Amino acid sequence: MRLTCPLCGPRDLREFYYYGADTWLRRPAADAPPESWDDYLHLRDNPAGETRDLWYHEAGCAQWLAVTRDTITHAVHQVDLVAAPKGGVK
Amino acid sequence: MGPQAKGVEMRYSGFRVITQGLFGNTGWKPAWRNPAPKAEYDAIVIGGGGHGLATAYYLARNHGLTNIAVLEKGYLGSGNIGRNTTIVRANYFLPGNSEFYSHSLKLWEGLEADLNYNVMHSQRGVLNLFHSDGQRDFFARRGNAMINQGDDAELLDREGVRRMVPYLDFEQTRFPIYGGLLHRRGGTARHDAVAWGYARGADQRGVDLIQNCEVTGIDLQNGKVTGVQTTRGAIRAKKVGIVVAGRSSQVAAMAGLRLPIESHILQAFVTEGLKPVIDQVVTFGMGHFYISQSDKGGLVFGGDLDFYASYAARGNLPMVEHVMEAGMTLMPMIGRAKLLRSWGGIMDMSPDGSPVIDRTPVDGLYIDCGWNYGGFKAVPASGWCMAHLMATDTPHEVARRFRLDRFATGHVLDEEGTGSQHNLH
Ligand SMILES: Cc1cc2nc3c(=O)[nH]c(=O)nc-3n(C[C@H](O)[C@H](O)[C@H](O)COP(=O)(O)OP(=O)(O)OC[C@H]3O[C@@H](n4cnc5c(N)ncnc54)[C@H](O)[C@@H]3O)c2cc1C
Ligand SMILES: [Zn+2]
Repeated sequence: MRLTCPLCGPRDLREFYYYGADTWLRRPAADAPPESWDDYLHLRDNPAGETRDLWYHEAGCAQWLAVTRDTITHAVHQVDLVAAPKGGVK
Repeated sequence: MGPQAKGVEMRYSGFRVITQGLFGNTGWKPAWRNPAPKAEYDAIVIGGGGHGLATAYYLARNHGLTNIAVLEKGYLGSGNIGRNTTIVRANYFLPGNSEFYSHSLKLWEGLEADLNYNVMHSQRGVLNLFHSDGQRDFFARRGNAMINQGDDAELLDREGVRRMVPYLDFEQTRFPIYGGLLHRRGGTARHDAVAWGYARGADQRGVDLIQNCEVTGIDLQNGKVTGVQTTRGAIRAKKVGIVVAGRSSQVAAMAGLRLPIESHILQAFVTEGLKPVIDQVVTFGMGHFYISQSDKGGLVFGGDLDFYASYAARGNLPMVEHVMEAGMTLMPMIGRAKLLRSWGGIMDMSPDGSPVIDRTPVDGLYIDCGWNYGGFKAVPASGWCMAHLMATDTPHEVARRFRLDRFATGHVLDEEGTGSQHNLH
């Protein structure tokens, strides 16, 4: 399994730090009920098949990446930057 | 023995092995039946791994429930129960885990006599190495917790460790060995024999073990379970237990539940058979490596998760390399052994690293999951407690903290102290 970072190109898995399902991007509002926080922090769809999860390119460009991939075959379909880099890509 | 109306019955004994040997071993019978599913059971256990089979066995043995079925999508023991590295131990620290694993180890100690089955349980000792003063303090504390629980623990200094395992590299630059926590009653067992022993015991008590039977739906009426849909037709039951390890999220979703589980891959490795050289289980937590030697002579070892959600049951090469490096750091002598095989299993990781044995919000639906990478040693107690829960509708005393709602309420059981988050265990 390799990830093709939009900034660095195809890179070895060891350069990345796995964070978990992209649920992390949908943080509840500060005054949301406890159930929403439980859901956000702990409950997961945990799909067998296509998933979208967050990886940090720790030993590369230090960007957060949203990776669309298959949990059964380990095929990687798409890698997006979570946030556009400041000043745009040069 | 309880009611054994239907099961295949044949007591195993040394005498039988000898007489069978004299007559060409022609008298052995299959160890369990292969029945067709009935239209209805009193209870259904989904999943024929270690935990599912043990649950069925204790439902029959402890609670007299024999009109029950285990539904397994593949063959019995095709999941993690036949893929793990077989370490059995009771060296937990937190109240909640401690009494549960202690109960499990006691059941292990009587298991072969109880099942009339050789599960090759071997109390060869588990040695956890430590590499700093801080880690020594923590291991001393853990050892005290184990002793308070009534189990055994001994703190060894460097010379004590050297006497037991002189072949380790004690002076490696990064993690010099300071000592170890020795748990003599820990050890190993033959993993699939555990599944087979429980399967045979359950079958003898009348439990139907139904293989090639995948559960595809859970039937609900007014918030209650009424049965399941399977690849071999609909089966009715008022009580259903989900005991499917790495597939927990999919099966729970059939009843509309979302679980605090993320499935990850854990790899393991075995070398060619060698003469006896490693007498106990040795763990090198700092290097993410542990090892033992199987009775066939193969060195069996593994490390950490690959650390990404996966159902592939096979891992990637970076972790293979990492485990080999850790092994070579700890015990350079194994460098000449040829690696025979590697494989992976699907681990049902919970956010705090501890399991769930609980009712669900659906009446009559129970769940046993979240075993992470440590569910083999738990098989007897998990079956015992899950059976108790399903039969009596109340949690068993030693499993009362394994609640499904503990993440919402904050009563987490974070044994490693790393935080209650999926990517940290
Ligand atoms: C490499 C590795 C090393 C390990 N080492 C250790 C160790 O040293 N010590 C330790 O204590 N633990 C260890 N473990 C963990 C341990 O193996 C697991 O926690 C434990 O086996 C899981 O429970 P189980 O036996 O019931 O799971 P499984 O054997 O996986 O049983 C689940 C069963 O459910 C079935 N199933 C799934 N979906 C359905 C469906 N829809 N319908 C019907 N059936 C279904 C599956 O086919 C499977 O047979 C290790 C695991 C791995 C992978
Ligand atoms: Zn990058």
